[in-house]
Amino acid sequence: MKAAVIVFPGSNCDDDCRWALEHVCGVLTEMVWFRNRVPDDVDLIVLPGGFSYGDYLRAGALARFAPAMESVREAAEKGRLVLGICNGFQILVEAQLLPGVLLRNTCLQFLCKDVFLKTVRSDTPFTHGVPDVVRMPIAHGMGNYYIDADGLKALQDNGQIVFQYCDHAGRVTAEANPNGSLDNIAGIVNRAGNVLGMMPHPERAAEDALGCHDGRYLLESAIRHLTRA
Amino acid sequence: MTEVAITPELIAQHGLTPEEYQSILDILGREPTLTELGIFSVMWSEHCSYKCSKRTLKCFPTRGPKVLVGPGENAGVIDLGHGLAVCFKIESHNHPSAIEPYNGAATGVGGILRDIFTMGARPIAMLNPLRFGRITDPHMQWLVGGVIAGIADYGNCVGVPTVAGDIYFQDCYEQNILVNVMCVGLMRKDQLMLARAQGPGNLVVYYGSPTGRDGIHGATFASKEDPHSQQRSAVQVGDPFMGKKIIEATLELIASGAAVGIQDMGAAGLTCSSCEMASRAGTGVEIDLDRVPQRADGMNAYEIMLSESQERMLAVIPREKIDVAREILERWEVGCHILGEVKSDGLLRVKHRGEVVAEIPAVKIADQSPQYSPEARRPAYLDTIPVAPVPYPAPPDWGDALLRLLRCPTIASKRWVYSQYDHMVQTATVVRPGDGDAAVLRIKDTPMHLAVTVDGNSTMCWLDPETGGKMVVAEGARNVVMVGAEPLGLTDCLNFGNPNKPEVFWTFDKCVRGMAEACRALGTPVTGGNVSFYNESKGLAVFPTPIVGVVGKIEPPRRILTPGWKNAGDRIFLIGGAEQHLGGSIFAQLWQPQQAERAGYYDEREPGPVIGPCPTFDLELERALQQFVLEANRRGLINAAHDLSEGGLAVALAECCIKSGREKLEARSGKRSAVEYLGARIDVPNVKCLASWLFSEAPSRALAACEPAHAAELTALAQDFRVPVVALGEVSTDAALLLGDVLDLPVAALLAAHETLPY
Repeated sequence: MKAAVIVFPGSNCDDDCRWALEHVCGVLTEMVWFRNRVPDDVDLIVLPGGFSYGDYLRAGALARFAPAMESVREAAEKGRLVLGICNGFQILVEAQLLPGVLLRNTCLQFLCKDVFLKTVRSDTPFTHGVPDVVRMPIAHGMGNYYIDADGLKALQDNGQIVFQYCDHAGRVTAEANPNGSLDNIAGIVNRAGNVLGMMPHPERAAEDALGCHDGRYLLESAIRHLTRA
Repeated sequence: MTEVAITPELIAQHGLTPEEYQSILDILGREPTLTELGIFSVMWSEHCSYKCSKRTLKCFPTRGPKVLVGPGENAGVIDLGHGLAVCFKIESHNHPSAIEPYNGAATGVGGILRDIFTMGARPIAMLNPLRFGRITDPHMQWLVGGVIAGIADYGNCVGVPTVAGDIYFQDCYEQNILVNVMCVGLMRKDQLMLARAQGPGNLVVYYGSPTGRDGIHGATFASKEDPHSQQRSAVQVGDPFMGKKIIEATLELIASGAAVGIQDMGAAGLTCSSCEMASRAGTGVEIDLDRVPQRADGMNAYEIMLSESQERMLAVIPREKIDVAREILERWEVGCHILGEVKSDGLLRVKHRGEVVAEIPAVKIADQSPQYSPEARRPAYLDTIPVAPVPYPAPPDWGDALLRLLRCPTIASKRWVYSQYDHMVQTATVVRPGDGDAAVLRIKDTPMHLAVTVDGNSTMCWLDPETGGKMVVAEGARNVVMVGAEPLGLTDCLNFGNPNKPEVFWTFDKCVRGMAEACRALGTPVTGGNVSFYNESKGLAVFPTPIVGVVGKIEPPRRILTPGWKNAGDRIFLIGGAEQHLGGSIFAQLWQPQQAERAGYYDEREPGPVIGPCPTFDLELERALQQFVLEANRRGLINAAHDLSEGGLAVALAECCIKSGREKLEARSGKRSAVEYLGARIDVPNVKCLASWLFSEAPSRALAACEPAHAAELTALAQDFRVPVVALGEVSTDAALLLGDVLDLPVAALLAAHETLPY
């Protein structure tokens, strides 16, 4: 299998994603410049974190027009796996590959810390090997997920909510919500289940050297899904 | 351009003395143009020329077997082995931040980043030493919030983790906050790039943001007393998105081999970068200002040369490589503008609208600035500091005293600050901010780790500039040793008042001499730094505040050490010097029973006056302590180590408990426990002054913990190194800090106090 990481101007977790995929998980990974198309033989596309276009206008608002995004959309429609992390999630919602929006954190500050996540769905291509409660870092100023009431109901009815902020025991509480996200939402999938957007950073929690390897479960779930198919 | 008459008033407005103006006339053999006057003014400002400090700075040791680049370039470089080198530098952005905290701090970050990547190093860490006034003052809270947001927004956006820093709140910074910024970069040794305009005929290329009218005379501004009397237009505005693009473009340009020299346009903008690059290479540079991209209409030569617009770079590219360079720069959308070329005549020649507006020998501006030896006089206040320690009545409750110290904003957890900084991007931060005496970064694809720290206790420097200077260097080096690293080198930022006041210059000179002596004794060469004078408002100067940034290397068999206790039953030792007295301690600032008018405790957010004297400091003992810890770590004898600093022994013990927290993970179910803590059971010896034993901030002291089986070897090793060692007690399973019958506090209470927000 083959993975690709899209590099937008201002991406800054692109190399961290490459390291986690290639060095930690042993997957051949190609860096795709935002002006180019994602090659057809790529099975897993990662939209990395960072500040594409400096977050100017609105996080992700400019990156969605990048030429590479057309091929990301096509790949998503063909059922290939697309993972948007942090700014990648923001780009996916701006590109309307995922519903909803990401607002400023309610504390109005950038927040970098470890959080616990409840794995709400463990039957997606990304989460079938992920334990019920995992720990990963967040690092964002605009991670406050919002969607209107109908949209939220659709997400719930379709089982699109994949991760929720929780405490160490898996309790989804207001105190465990770092940014004010509706329903403690930390990550969602599209209806087909092949496009995942999440604010926490699995690539920053993929090795014990960094204090936690929970993120590796997620990356390896996707890889196993692809190599098994 | 219509020539303006050069009057004595105009000369004075440019901060030049009549003697300096005479030297300009001698150099040129004629009257300068206005543009030339501006060029001399910024280049001969204290900020760029170090005209008052240069002679004193010569006492720093700057060489060492591993030093690849010392002072004089954009940043220092030290050999790490494995074909790699570490590049680092600290700088101040005090004056701009005092007026416009957000942009002042943000552009400080942008500027120090450029110093690192222009050398060919990828920036891998930022550190921010900050000094603020009393935190209860609403204006100070606005400054604090602005500075932190400015650092965060720039650093987070460019993807360089901010991994460490320190913050002190002290009344002397009320009018002049200090914002220092340090950047550390990693490079392949063979990609080292120097800022030299080599090779006559080579092209001088400008890339990055266009030039505007912002920040004209920023360098002169930083060389004047009282930033508050200045205009905000001297503060620049940063664009981190452009910053990120020029990092990537510059590193790619260097890797491609297309550039022979690169310098950023920082203080004094295009003037400084062109003069310095020519001067270092012994060449000349000719540039045409009509080719400079501009974002304001109708700028004149004076404005273009002196603008300090951010995110601008100057590169020297051989003609045959210009296409390679252009492809890289245009791909990153940073522009590629050929301004002129390198000449062999040694002149900086500036053309604008078809006329030569400046023509000056480059070396005369850059390297032959006036040098002064300002008058030095011992300040009278030093005579008011007691020579002998004041006797200290015990406070009513020792537990309460410790909790007050833990809540004190200077000592309390800085989580509220570093949680706003992305400290994990680049996935290399192994010891995060708050988790160790220094931050530790792994170097991917090697067995090495880097330890980085910034330190500077100005209280001790105020009480005794020379001893305080030594202690600052010692603490920086000790902090990297405490995480397991061997110190490699040091960068310093010297923040002082007006050097033309003999008392200020005296403290500067003494501090630097003290620091230099400690650098020599501890084997940490100084590879560069920055002097920030004129941190003075309303006649009040800041405490002498030298700050050091130290870089160290951890390589197997040495391990990474952290302060948190590891196992119940481990033995706890106090290693190093004796407690001495409470002079210079924060406890003495909080508990002031001897004050006639306000006897008792001061609010921890509004500490009372500093009480002397400065503790004595023994460089030989310090060196022995560091060598001993390095050797004990090499032998794998210790599993926790923590320097004693603000708050003394009691605070250090509390911190080791607080940092012992770990979650338990059930392997099968994946269930997690809440974080569990270890405690400590300490025997309190029969001492003359219990307050001193608990809270003294005497130097050269640390805590170390080891497994019981290693205790005898550790003690014997300490004796070999002639380092005093005292068995204090042991790590306990019950999460409480128990000090004999003096104090018994649950870790939860320590933690709650330590996590208190300052406002």
